Amino acid sequence: MSAVVFARHAMTPAERLRDAGWVAFVGLILGVPLIGLTTVDVGGRLGVETRFGLLAAFVAAAFAGRLALRWGIDHMRNRKLAREQASTTTAAQRAHGAQRLVNIVGWVALGASIALPIVYSDNRYVVDTATTVLIYVMLGWGLNVVVGLAGLLDLGYVAFYAVGAYSYALLSTQYGWGFWEALPVSGALAASFGILLGYPILRLRGDYLAIVTLGFGEIIRVILVNWTEFSGGPNGISSIPRPSFFGLEFTRRPAEGEQTFAGFFGLDFSAMHRLIFLYYLILVLALLTHVFVSRLRKLPVGRAWEALREDEIACQAMGMNTTNIKLSAFAIGAMLGGFAGVFFAARQGFISPESFTFTESAIILAIVVLGGMGSQMGVVLAATLLVLIPEFGRNFSEYRMLLFGAAMVLIMVWKPGGLLSHREPTVRLQATGAAASDKEGAR
Amino acid sequence: MSAHDKGTLLSVRKLTMRFGGLTAIDDLSLEVPAGKITGIIGPNGAGKTTLFNCLTGFYKPTTGTLRLAHPVRGELRLEKLPSHRVARDAQVVRTFQNIRLFPKMTVLENLIVAQHNVLQRASKFSIAGIFKLPGYRQAERAAIERAAMWLERLKLTHLADDPAGALPYGIQRRIEIARALCVDPVLLCLDEPAAGLNPRESAELNELLLYLCGELDIAILLIEHDMSVVMNVSDHIGVISYGRKIAEGTPEQVRNDPEVIKAYLGEDEDEAEEAIARKIAAEGSNEEGQPA
Ligand SMILES: Nc1ncnc2c1ncn2[C@@H]1O[C@H](COP(=O)(O)OP(=O)(O)OP(=O)(O)O)[C@@H](O)[C@H]1O
Ligand SMILES: [Mg+2]
Repeated sequence: MSAVVFARHAMTPAERLRDAGWVAFVGLILGVPLIGLTTVDVGGRLGVETRFGLLAAFVAAAFAGRLALRWGIDHMRNRKLAREQASTTTAAQRAHGAQRLVNIVGWVALGASIALPIVYSDNRYVVDTATTVLIYVMLGWGLNVVVGLAGLLDLGYVAFYAVGAYSYALLSTQYGWGFWEALPVSGALAASFGILLGYPILRLRGDYLAIVTLGFGEIIRVILVNWTEFSGGPNGISSIPRPSFFGLEFTRRPAEGEQTFAGFFGLDFSAMHRLIFLYYLILVLALLTHVFVSRLRKLPVGRAWEALREDEIACQAMGMNTTNIKLSAFAIGAMLGGFAGVFFAARQGFISPESFTFTESAIILAIVVLGGMGSQMGVVLAATLLVLIPEFGRNFSEYRMLLFGAAMVLIMVWKPGGLLSHREPTVRLQATGAAASDKEGAR
Repeated sequence: MSAHDKGTLLSVRKLTMRFGGLTAIDDLSLEVPAGKITGIIGPNGAGKTTLFNCLTGFYKPTTGTLRLAHPVRGELRLEKLPSHRVARDAQVVRTFQNIRLFPKMTVLENLIVAQHNVLQRASKFSIAGIFKLPGYRQAERAAIERAAMWLERLKLTHLADDPAGALPYGIQRRIEIARALCVDPVLLCLDEPAAGLNPRESAELNELLLYLCGELDIAILLIEHDMSVVMNVSDHIGVISYGRKIAEGTPEQVRNDPEVIKAYLGEDEDEAEEAIARKIAAEGSNEEGQPA
């Protein structure tokens, strides 16, 4: 039954109508029990009433919606084709132009993110939301190593986020470690978990890998819920120390023999100081992550990750030890997730297993996929969208998730490869070999 | 085609490979001389690719030994090495019948990835790489130059920065050979490198193979259906049918061997005719090859 048409060719009006008709028909079948019939209270007994008027409206909406969606997709595809045929520039030139634009936008975004807390220095909501965006950007950049570069579909990334957060929470509340001491240790712990997870699943690919990683994420969460003595169970861990500004606390009154941030700089105490500090802290962490990952991408490991994504068998035939390559991707990705977790715990001051559910993993993965696998700037764009859409959606109360879903579908229809699907080569030959290597050296 | 004998590089002894009930390779023995081109021919499904898979560690042979007399590392038992070590330590490098490039990466990147082990060592666990220390930069420059040299030799320089997967089939074949050469092979195993090439391209391939073996002393193991290639460049040819070696010798001997003619004729008629046509073409003019 070729009911719904997945046509590559141009569709005739009759085909469009038939296609929409089938969609409406499926809607009708589903709609009869869901919408057409409803239970009512008839003098204490349960009765059934029909709502065929409403059902008809829904079916009509499905029909019209399908027509519009198909038309929109075709229109977009045709325009793209026409543009490609009309333009005299080569694909390489266009890609080069696009890359330059992305670079410019990147610098502008960096400037804006530095200026943001200055402009909104007394708007708690904006600074808080921007901090959340940056956490997701950092998580996205971490997962990008595993999924976008190495092509290993990881559905349990949140586990490493949790490991980082709980490591910091326990080290600081139990052993009195500071933020900066705990950061590298927690990152190393998360990386070890990455290797621990990586080892047994080296031979798995694609869907199987996804299922096992998903299970791993859940195992970590279930352990955190049930091992009460260790993790505080469902109650989580509270009173986690906040990071200080080189020893200066962000409190109203200084502790014994110490100074507060406000006191030291002669400012009036404001709760915003800490928020702004946290914002800049995650901004620095995220930028370090960015520089780290972009450099790694241009190194043998990074190229090996991408080669692994492209063809594992060819990698082996080139003498590459794919075991080490996979484990390094898992470890580095996990470490970056762990760093983000440490920051998360320090920012919240309270963590519980609630924060590390599968939904988190799904959102981070959505950020990577929506952004365009492997694209660093794409992650920023997608993270911003995915955090902001539900925020704007607050005005729409119960339609919020609907809006979220619709936005995702639209992006995938508009840009199936993600928002920024262009891949920038890690090295270019340019005019001559000698010139290229000279430039390479000068940079 | 040097007359000078440099001894045996690879010796395959009583190799058998079974998949469940199917015996893809049956008690096969074969010697591959150093610095020469050895052709492997045989009808479809004869077990040629399976032989390569055993050789390069992708399949573990059911029984038999594969001894490589490595010029530096001494004798290596290929059947005991995992595939990446066959390429890295034994320097036995292969190409694939159904081309396996890294399609989204550029041609140059493909050739740089092939030098992974050298570069990875120079990058010292990526630390020297992250901080762009001189040692690593120098190694990277050398890798680019080496890649550029092969690109030049295979007339691919103008395509260096294009994604490999978007290029025509014949060019992808050449890229795959260039990439294998970047691994620095002692023994190069080519699985139907002329498939999909036009006559001019296969003539260029002939020239390249003779150059590699003559000038650079790389031994080549060549699976090929295109008789214009295999008959012209091979020093020695082994014929496989149903997993068994049915003949062996110089191109001249093999061409006239009744067993070989029977093996090709024993197939269904179309293919037999095709095989005969190829042979006639190979015997005829050398400059006009048969498009596969
Ligand atoms: N992994 C495998 N599992 C089961 N059977 C296999 C496997 N690999 C190869 N075979 C079988 O082994 C036999 C030899 O296959 P092989 O690919 O080596 O043939 P070939 O000589 O390369 O043929 P062609 O000229 O068509 O490439 C075939 O019957 C094939 O079906
Ligand atoms: Mg084959």
